[in-house]
Parts: sequence; C-alpha cells; structure tokens
Amino acid sequence: MSWSQMWIAYITIVYKEVTRFTRIWQQTLLPPVVTTSLYFVIFGSLIGPRIGTMEGYRYMDFIVPGLILMSVITSSYANVSSSFFGAKFQRSIEELQISPTPNSVILLGYVTGGMARGLLVGLVVTLVALFFSQLSIHNVFVMFSISLLTALLFSMGGFLNGLFARKFDDVSIVPNFILTPLTYLGGVFYSIRLLPDFWQGVSHLNPILYMINGFRYGFLGISDIHLGFSYLIILAFTAVLFMINLKLLNKGYGIRS
Amino acid sequence: MTVALSIQNLEKEYDNGVRALKGISLEVEKGDFFALLGKNGAGKSTAIGIICSLVNKTAGSVKILDHDIDIDFPLARSMLGVVPQEINLSVFETPLQIVVNQAGYYGIDRKLAQTRAEKYLTQLGLWDKRNDTTRQLSGGMKRRLMIARSLMHEPKLLILDEPTAGVDIEIRRSMWDFISEINNSGTTIILTTHYLEEAENLCRNIAIIDQGLVVENTSTRELLAKSQREIYVLDLVDSIDSLPTFERGRWTLTSPSSLEVDISKQQGINGVFRELNAKQIKVQSMRNKTNRLEQLFLDMTTDDEKESA
Repeated sequence: MSWSQMWIAYITIVYKEVTRFTRIWQQTLLPPVVTTSLYFVIFGSLIGPRIGTMEGYRYMDFIVPGLILMSVITSSYANVSSSFFGAKFQRSIEELQISPTPNSVILLGYVTGGMARGLLVGLVVTLVALFFSQLSIHNVFVMFSISLLTALLFSMGGFLNGLFARKFDDVSIVPNFILTPLTYLGGVFYSIRLLPDFWQGVSHLNPILYMINGFRYGFLGISDIHLGFSYLIILAFTAVLFMINLKLLNKGYGIRS
Repeated sequence: MTVALSIQNLEKEYDNGVRALKGISLEVEKGDFFALLGKNGAGKSTAIGIICSLVNKTAGSVKILDHDIDIDFPLARSMLGVVPQEINLSVFETPLQIVVNQAGYYGIDRKLAQTRAEKYLTQLGLWDKRNDTTRQLSGGMKRRLMIARSLMHEPKLLILDEPTAGVDIEIRRSMWDFISEINNSGTTIILTTHYLEEAENLCRNIAIIDQGLVVENTSTRELLAKSQREIYVLDLVDSIDSLPTFERGRWTLTSPSSLEVDISKQQGINGVFRELNAKQIKVQSMRNKTNRLEQLFLDMTTDDEKESA
C-alpha cells in the first residue's frame, strides 16, 4: 500500500469510529457528562465549601482538572475496548483483517477514534465545569498536550483490552476494578501531600497520578509531581502499549485462530 | 499457465491438536471457476481462512497471483476478495456505509467508492436498501451485500464460501448469473458450496477435500465421466403389487406406483425400458434419484457414520 492509500484506510477507520460514537451519543457522550456534573454538584458545591481550600485553591477549582481528565480516561478507554471487541464479536473485524491495511494503521485508526471521543467528552465536561468553577488556564500547552497524550495512552489500553476480551464482561472488568480505583487514588480529589509518607510512596506507583497532576498544572500551575516525570511516564507507557498491541495484532492474538 | 492461487503443502494443526489440513497442494488457474468441495469439517474453511489471513497456518505456503501471503501480504490481499460463510456484517451500519468503508480499507478514495457502491449495490438489487441498517435486511440480502462488499476493490481472485446458503432458489439462480458474469469478465472464482448442483453447473474444475487431504482435483467434465452408475426413479401409470424379476440392474419397489433402478452406464436406459415393456409396465415419468456429482462426492469422501461404527 502506498502512503496515500494507507492515509485513506486510516481516515476510513477514524470516520467509522467517530460515526459510531456520535450515532449513539446518548450512550457515549451523555453519561460521563451527567456523572461528572454530579461530582461537581456534590463534591464541589455541597461538600467543597466545608473542606475549604486545597493547596491554596478552592476545593471545587482543585478537583475540576482531575474530573475532566477522569472523563477523558474512561471515555477513551471504553470507546476502543468496546468498539474493537464489538467488531470481533460480530466478526466485522474480518473486513479489516483480509484487507491490505497494515496492522499499525488499524491500531492507529481505532486509537484515534478513542482519542476523539475522550477529548470530545473532556471538552463538554470542561464547558459544564464553567458553571461551577472559575477556570483559569496556567499553561495551555501543558493542558492540551497532557490531555491529548492521556487520551492516546488510554485508547491504547482500551485496544489491548479489546484484543484480550472474549466476552462482554471482559470489557468492563478493567475499567471497574483497575481504572476507576487508580483514578480515584490518583489525586483527583486530594493532594497526595495529605497522605502519610508510606502512602505517598505507594501513590507514586500509580501512573494516573502523573497525568492528573500534569493536567492540573496546566490549569492551576500546581503539581505534586515534577512535570517532566508526568510526560516521561505517559510517553513510556504509551510506547510500551503501542508495541505490545502491534505485536499481538501481528500474531493475530484474539482475532486469528 | 498463469496461476491465480497456488497452495503448497499447507498444514494446520489447531491448539486442541486437531489436524485440519494435512499438507494440501492446489493450483487454480487464472480465470478459472473452481469448486472446493468437502463435508463439514473436511478442512475447506480452514484452507480458505489461511488464504484470507484469518487463520494462522502451521506449515506450507500460499501465493495469490505469485505474491506470497506472508512476504508480500499487502499486494496479495489487494488482489483477493472474500465472501465468508458466516454473515459478518456490522449490524449497526447501513449497506452503503459498509461497502464504502470496505473500499477505504483498500485505499480507494471516497468518490470512486461511492460510484462503485452504486454500481454493485444496484447490480445486486440492494440500492433501494442502501440506507437501511443491516439488521433490517433479509438473509438473502445480507449474502448479496457481502458479495457487493467483496467486489468493491475489484479483486482478481474471488473466494465465495457458500454464498447461496439459506437463499431461496430464485435469488440463488440470479446470484449464479451474477457470479458467472464476474467470472466471464476475467475474475478467478473459487466456490465452496453444499449445493453440488451449483458446483456442477458453474465450475470448470473441482477439488474435493476429505479429512484434511485433497482426494480429487480435476475438471468437472472428467470427474463426472467417472460416474459409473445412475439411479432412476420411475413413476408408474398402473400400480403393481410385487416386484417382477428383471435381468439387468438392481430394482426396488419403493411404493406400488414407484420403482427405483440402479444401473451401470454401460447397461444404458434403453435396456431398462425393453424389460419394462416385456413386463407390460408403463412408465408415466422418470427422473434421476441423485445428482451425479452428489453420488461421486459421497463415494469419494469418508462416511462418518461407517467410520465411527
């Protein structure tokens, strides 16, 4: 395949993915917005004033970046894992398997679709957050790049989940039992400086901590983690997941007998 | 001879230890209409799966128009079209989206894809249904949609894995005409089917796979020439109570008004009628009990019941 043909194949997959999640927007775009709005109301408006400030900021303003990124993480991940598994389940993935589209293009196409959903949800949640918080942006480049890279990383993770999944339950296990706890313990609602030394150390093993703090830096200019570490961790995990996914795709894991 | 498909010593052993293919070799000439026959579990779907890159092979090689599927996979795949046995359409998409997207996977730009989509969906009687979801299509429509999808990149080799399964006879015959036209325009076609009449009518060459081995690979004409026996069903004008004694053939009285006779080709049908006339038995109508290819197929393949007994 020439570069231009690969580009057409890539755009076709992205177009198909975006069409898919926008067609069922009630299932893909609305729920995270509703859930995050509830967080804003309960933790921000109701409980937040009783907490006071966190790291010198109103509690509501402190949690907004984490909540936005949490919606990006879950939406990116869920889009790719469910869409890829759905294609496997219906066997429509065979359309792609028998085509000359390289596996790297298939992977990037699905991942871009996941990023599109994650970032769109993140944008809508940000707009909703404006009703509850006086959002300021400290560093727009950091804010955009961290959200983009996080969406990329979790789309890669979702793809891996889709490859391994053999039944619908397998698609929800990782988000429910790994992603959600890691996100909650990744500093969305608190600064890890509040924790005892031991738990601070343990928290540093959580990769989501680096993303949330990097993203919060983009908004508020504060972070529990050095910004360079945040980028390093995200890029390292992304590269590793990309290579694992590609290797598994080339072997036909989960899609070829 | 230009070869459209070359399979050499193809083997497949699944993780559960089942040896689906035990070293098959086949060559399909360019422009041929080739039938690949075999009972369920004979190994033909595994062979097709390997050709289409849906199944990993254990050993052997596959070349599509001289392009090895392992070494030169983009070119090999770009020349191959597949209509799978099982319906594998996304239930949420429309026929138009499915065929246009399929073209995109082959690097065909959207404008050309739209033109081809209209051409093939119209030819297969689906243009009016282009904006319905595939869930709304009948079984026959889904099969035709899979054919349209497989043609979007205008492949040089088209594999049809039981394309008319579950389709009524009228649509099946229109599909035969359409597939024949595709073959006449130069596309090599490999067909697997359980309707042996379909293979006999459409295909110039036939290979039979049994228990992972190619047990026959020849022209349809030569294969049919091997048929040595015919069974005829004779409907009688007047009923008879018992079976008279005949000199030639094996006779069975299946009902008071119906006889079956099993004769060799050499004996010929004229001798049968001479004997019937001698016994003053009048025949109202006559038909073959089985399709000739069907009988040969059964003779050449393993009888599972006998084997397991």
